[in-house]
Amino acid sequence: MAHITASVYTSHVPAIGAALDLGKTHEAYWDPVFKGYEFVKQWEKEQKPDVVVLVFNDHATAFSLEMIPTFAIGTAAEYAPADEGWGPRPVPKVIGHPKLAAHIAQSVIQDDFDLTIVNRMDVDHGLTVPLSLVFGQVDAWPCPIIPFAVNVVQYPVPSGRRCFMLGRAIRKAIETYDEPLNVQIWGTGGMSHQLQGPRAGLINREWDNAFLDRLINDPDSLSRLPHIDYVREAGSEGIELVMWLIARGAMNDTDGGKKPTVRHRFYHVPASNTAVGHLILENN
Amino acid sequence: MSLDKPYMDVPGTTIFDADKSREGYHLNQFCMSLMKAENRARFKANERAYLDEWPMTEEQKQAVLDRDLNRCIQLGGNIYFLAKIGATDGRSFQQMAGSMTGMSEEAYRDMMVKGGRSIEGNRYTGEKK
Repeated sequence: MAHITASVYTSHVPAIGAALDLGKTHEAYWDPVFKGYEFVKQWEKEQKPDVVVLVFNDHATAFSLEMIPTFAIGTAAEYAPADEGWGPRPVPKVIGHPKLAAHIAQSVIQDDFDLTIVNRMDVDHGLTVPLSLVFGQVDAWPCPIIPFAVNVVQYPVPSGRRCFMLGRAIRKAIETYDEPLNVQIWGTGGMSHQLQGPRAGLINREWDNAFLDRLINDPDSLSRLPHIDYVREAGSEGIELVMWLIARGAMNDTDGGKKPTVRHRFYHVPASNTAVGHLILENN
Repeated sequence: MSLDKPYMDVPGTTIFDADKSREGYHLNQFCMSLMKAENRARFKANERAYLDEWPMTEEQKQAVLDRDLNRCIQLGGNIYFLAKIGATDGRSFQQMAGSMTGMSEEAYRDMMVKGGRSIEGNRYTGEKK
């Protein structure tokens, strides 16, 4: 049987990708950001996941306004890093896990979550920046990845509650997969940031840290937070944080299991316009 | 009965909802076309002519020509789509975000390094700072 062993959470700021790709990681501005990710790189070498379900959002790259799926699971064999206008990031292509992805789709759709199934998709910084931060600069990603895209661009985005319950359904799906796979689920995006309008540059350190506390200790109540609280307190793009609730909902304690262990927690302002948050939770 | 939009009183913020998306459809799809190098080249060679190929409103076209991102957003543009114009112009996301605040590029960058724009006084329109 497959099991989710851990969940990883991280921001996915595009400028972090640019800093990595242009060799700026040791500049004074970026050094503190990358120091916060030294632990996870080592930890992943020990964990050796077989598959990562990577919850992310597309930023007007694979999905224009022609189609806006609320939840989309990638069932393809591979995905190319996208050209977002600055040229594709020089990172390895992403290898999928079509068999497990199809299994998750089959199970979760029958559990009342109407996923869109995607067999062709270029993946943008929302997916590749977390891979670079967690696995480092490598010639090939160490395991297959199942991209799971969430619409957080056009409002209304799915509610925190819906995301949390979807995470629970994904966990159930993975636990009924016959191969003994070590699966991780990652939630990405956030933390507080606003990229538009006269309020651009908004950061709310206190709110972000309270979010992390509640994500760890009381995700059920956190999942009931209305959208307007994210928008008002964490900025219009801070709403990406609902994606973290999918990963959190997939942990054992949401279904009667033991509380997870916090292996690492990191917070830093700024990376470009954004507050960077990063968390590792291990299942017990 | 009208829909509940509790986000209308957040200062300096436009939420890209289904109504805005409808209004900005062609503007955003024009931006999307700039993902292709040949389209970027054609746009740069003659911006007005390229814009005229799209069924956008005159106001939307003028806002693009002026690179007035706040106006683009008022007219239905979304920042992730508008970022393609910035990429075409060789501008970073931080330069684009900063351009909407009325601050200089340097002042905006300094504000971010010092921890970003404070939430205090920035929750509700008309709130005292």
